[in-house]
Amino acid sequence: MRHRRLPFIAGFLVLPLTLYAVLVLSPYAQAFYLALTDWRGVSARAEFVGADNFARLLDDPQVLGALKNNAVMLLVVPIATVVLALFLAAALSLGRRRGAGVYRVVYFFPQLLSVAVVGVLFQFVYTPNSGLLNGVLNLLGIEGRSWLGDPSLALWAVMAVVVWSAVGFYVVLFCAAMESIPREILEAAAIDGASALTRLIRVVLPLVWENVQVAFIYLGMAALDGFAIVQIMTVGPGGPDNATEVLGLTLYRNAFTYGKFGYASALGVALFFLTLALAVLVLRGSRRDRVEMA
Amino acid sequence: MPENTPTRRGFLGLLALTPVVAACATGGGAPAPSVPAAAGPTSAANPLGVAAKDPLDVVIFKGGFGDDWAKFAESLYTKRHPEAKIKHAGIQGVGQAMQPRMVAGDPPDVIDNSGAGALDVASLVADKQLLSLEKLLDAPSADDPAVKVRDTLVPGIVEAGSFGGVPYVLNYAYTVWGLWYSSSLFAKHGWTYPATWAEMLTLGDEIKKAGLAPWTYQGKYPEYMNDPLLTMVAKAGGMEQVAAIDNLEPGAWRADSVKAVVEAFAELAGRGHIMKGSEALSHTEAQTAWCQGKAVFIPCGSWLEAEQAKVTPAGFDMVVGPTPRLSDADKLPGTAIQAAGSEPFIIPAQGKNTAGGLEFLRLMLAKESAANFATTASAMPVRKDALEGLQLSSGLKSVGELVAAAGKDALSYRFPGWYAPLAKAVHDSTGELLNGRVSAARWTERVQKAADQVAADASITKYKR
Repeated sequence: MRHRRLPFIAGFLVLPLTLYAVLVLSPYAQAFYLALTDWRGVSARAEFVGADNFARLLDDPQVLGALKNNAVMLLVVPIATVVLALFLAAALSLGRRRGAGVYRVVYFFPQLLSVAVVGVLFQFVYTPNSGLLNGVLNLLGIEGRSWLGDPSLALWAVMAVVVWSAVGFYVVLFCAAMESIPREILEAAAIDGASALTRLIRVVLPLVWENVQVAFIYLGMAALDGFAIVQIMTVGPGGPDNATEVLGLTLYRNAFTYGKFGYASALGVALFFLTLALAVLVLRGSRRDRVEMA
Repeated sequence: MPENTPTRRGFLGLLALTPVVAACATGGGAPAPSVPAAAGPTSAANPLGVAAKDPLDVVIFKGGFGDDWAKFAESLYTKRHPEAKIKHAGIQGVGQAMQPRMVAGDPPDVIDNSGAGALDVASLVADKQLLSLEKLLDAPSADDPAVKVRDTLVPGIVEAGSFGGVPYVLNYAYTVWGLWYSSSLFAKHGWTYPATWAEMLTLGDEIKKAGLAPWTYQGKYPEYMNDPLLTMVAKAGGMEQVAAIDNLEPGAWRADSVKAVVEAFAELAGRGHIMKGSEALSHTEAQTAWCQGKAVFIPCGSWLEAEQAKVTPAGFDMVVGPTPRLSDADKLPGTAIQAAGSEPFIIPAQGKNTAGGLEFLRLMLAKESAANFATTASAMPVRKDALEGLQLSSGLKSVGELVAAAGKDALSYRFPGWYAPLAKAVHDSTGELLNGRVSAARWTERVQKAADQVAADASITKYKR
């Protein structure tokens, strides 16, 4: 019977694999081809232009501006989210306070909201004259700012929202990881005189390192994206004056506003390799010895 | 993935899927359009030769204007051609729904090609999929056989729908841009609407003294403010200046008229005439603040009254005024306006009842239908005398007066439609100008640079007006 198993399994996989090939792989492959054409997206006409689109990418000020903003997000968002999530997760799972379960749900809550809802919500929070944030600041006697209207603040306002909406997921992830750490290890460290902070950094962190690594990859991708939140929330969008432009938005605008689908595909392909490179770098750079827990 | 919904990856997939759709859409080998032998015998009552029994297939974009006005025109059609069955569809996403029918050679007889995701008219024209509307324009109008349909329309509307001199598109609604204010507020303070920019600034100072903000604008979309700015450029520099800008002539944005107007608008920032926080408000937020009387002027198109209907307090009496002149040396009169058509109607060349399609448009342009559109959709149709003798809201009435006063001086820029990257540069620069982060001189340099880049980019198709 053994030799019959392969066709049996293959029979089950044919449909999903075909769907995957048609709906996922072939569009990817086509994007790579389109990146080498001047396709405008309204007819079947597309002429081969070679690497012309890629050459243009490098001196398009909008692309460079977007790249800079994505780089800032790449530096800030993952680190801020992971540090915050580690801190909260440690407080919840190691502190053994009552009500930890409730807080875990509360932190996870933003995860349940779609990006569109989050974007609209925070636009209201940030709105200058009647927004929640400026309202609170005014109560404290601090003059409110035009958070999304000021080029020096807008990107930070966007990143705060991205961190806010992402942190809950990682709190839950890290909580689960921390709870699988044997208590004896932490108790032994405490008896040896390690402070809470030392225990967190020297004992807990190495034991949850794999999760942190995964978090960095996911957050890195999120930081290279940021399209939805910027598109919905910011002035312009992508403004004021390109202060919150991200590569995803540049791609979108080139395709759907400027009708340069070929150029947009080139941008997409570049972004693809950028993300791939990032994932490889993070995995390589953060490789550590695996700790086996009893 | 923690960031769910439209991720870059999903987006790329979607993006890359489009060629498949496009390939499907174009691979079918649509038959070459031929002029169907639809036209029957013509008569004075039936100048377009509609065959009595041919059914009519109408597709209307059901957006902000609804579709009752189209049903009204259909009822007129039924009166004249009682044997013809009419199929009406009021839909959204017109392009998606119509593309397969166009490709299959089975299009409806009339399409209101409007809203997000409409069919790309330029490609339809290029593929010869549209019927020329010449016959309709030269047909006698529904009300007066002595007047051609062409002569009932507002100036410029036929040209705006023409490609290479052939009219393929008929815009049914007419949008006018200007500065909106509450006439009751003006009456209360004894203010008069400024005719020149100097008067505007003086009035602004006075408004500030009264404790109000003179201006607000839809800061999240700074292009709203470009409408008055560019209209003032047109008034100061004349139509030659508009043409120079649209034709990407070298140094067009460095012209004295542009410089002077940009400096004039920079004054708004300099004098603090713009409501604090405007730069971060969405259009709804800014317009609501304006309706609440927090600011006196707001730039907008003539859809504003309908858009604000739910939040406008009773007795607010909003009206629209023309953009002030820069000075008395202006080349265009103060009554000139920026105006353009919307709700573009097309007739597919492969339709089965093209004569019926033309007849439908002719009846839609009848006085009765136009009046019905004005009252049910609260907007102005492209028929010149549409608003005459109607009981109108204050805003729509003022729109009608503005159009009448402007006469032939209705202008519109073509570059935002032709060269989107240039339009973006103008929008961004104006946003910065109004917040005092970019000087007038820098504005001109930035925009001129963007225009030069577009002009030098061989991959962008160029047009001339």
